[in-house]
Amino acid sequence: MTHTDLAPPKSEFKIVPTKALPAVGIVFILLIVAVASNRLWALDFLHVVGGGLWTAIDLFLGFVIGPIIGTMSIPARVEFSKKFMPKMLLLMPTLVIMTLAGGWQLARHEGFILSSDKHHGWVVASMIVVGVMAIVALGYLEPANLGVLFELKKERPNGEVIAKLMKRFLYTAGLTGAMQVATLIIMTRIATI
Amino acid sequence: MNTKKLPPVSEISVAILTLVIAGGVYLAAHLPKHVSLVPTTTAVVLAAALVVLNLYLLSRIPSFAWDKFMLVAKWTLLAYGIIAGTLEYIFIKDGVRGSVLALMTSALVLFAVNLPIHFGFTVARYAD
Repeated sequence: MTHTDLAPPKSEFKIVPTKALPAVGIVFILLIVAVASNRLWALDFLHVVGGGLWTAIDLFLGFVIGPIIGTMSIPARVEFSKKFMPKMLLLMPTLVIMTLAGGWQLARHEGFILSSDKHHGWVVASMIVVGVMAIVALGYLEPANLGVLFELKKERPNGEVIAKLMKRFLYTAGLTGAMQVATLIIMTRIATI
Repeated sequence: MNTKKLPPVSEISVAILTLVIAGGVYLAAHLPKHVSLVPTTTAVVLAAALVVLNLYLLSRIPSFAWDKFMLVAKWTLLAYGIIAGTLEYIFIKDGVRGSVLALMTSALVLFAVNLPIHFGFTVARYAD
């Protein structure tokens, strides 16, 4: 099979789903209001909702969707990617900033960031796990996502480039999914100490 | 596939990201007590030097898809500039001041400048 055989036809789709931008804006406004007011419920809500979705999506993508995509034909992967990846481009950074900013303020509010606090070690552990996940996500996963989307926009998309970048996307999604297990352990420890 | 030999801009970008995050985590793990700023300062200075190196390497690439690079870089800068700005607001709101704030701000600026280079390069390298 040649690269031309693998190459899917060019199609029209939006790399950034602009219709979802107002929702992202609302999340940022809620985040700023929660931080400015320093209300415990609002900070807890943003951290738990954002973190729950982030963790669940990473696990689901890494261990359920990823392996399924891996067995799909190239045209099927492309069709899925055109609909799925633009949504991830907006969804994941929004969930991450919502979780991290809410979590940091929550830890500060509750005194968990003080080195004398009994939760401090676990909070630092969560920072390290999140740091590694950020390097994987921003260093490898997100660029691969963008690369695939721009390749699909070309007049004659290169199937080999798409396959290579999709492979990178799926491996890194699996890796961040595995790291989310560590997050679950850390967060349940913090909640029960 | 595009097999043109390109400088290691992506690899350097990941190194910058690692330095900025490691420096930020080290500082955040010790807040609010006083801690040596040397590790974070070293990480930030190294990261800044690598950003300059990356820009130099980029400028030396002949016939690069600058239109694609700029398209991705400008929107990435806007998106991650907003995220970095939000984090900066939180640090200021939390009363972080002085040299710690200067370091955190520098790290956030490098974070927001590095990602557009990284994302823009990744897209442009595969452009025909």
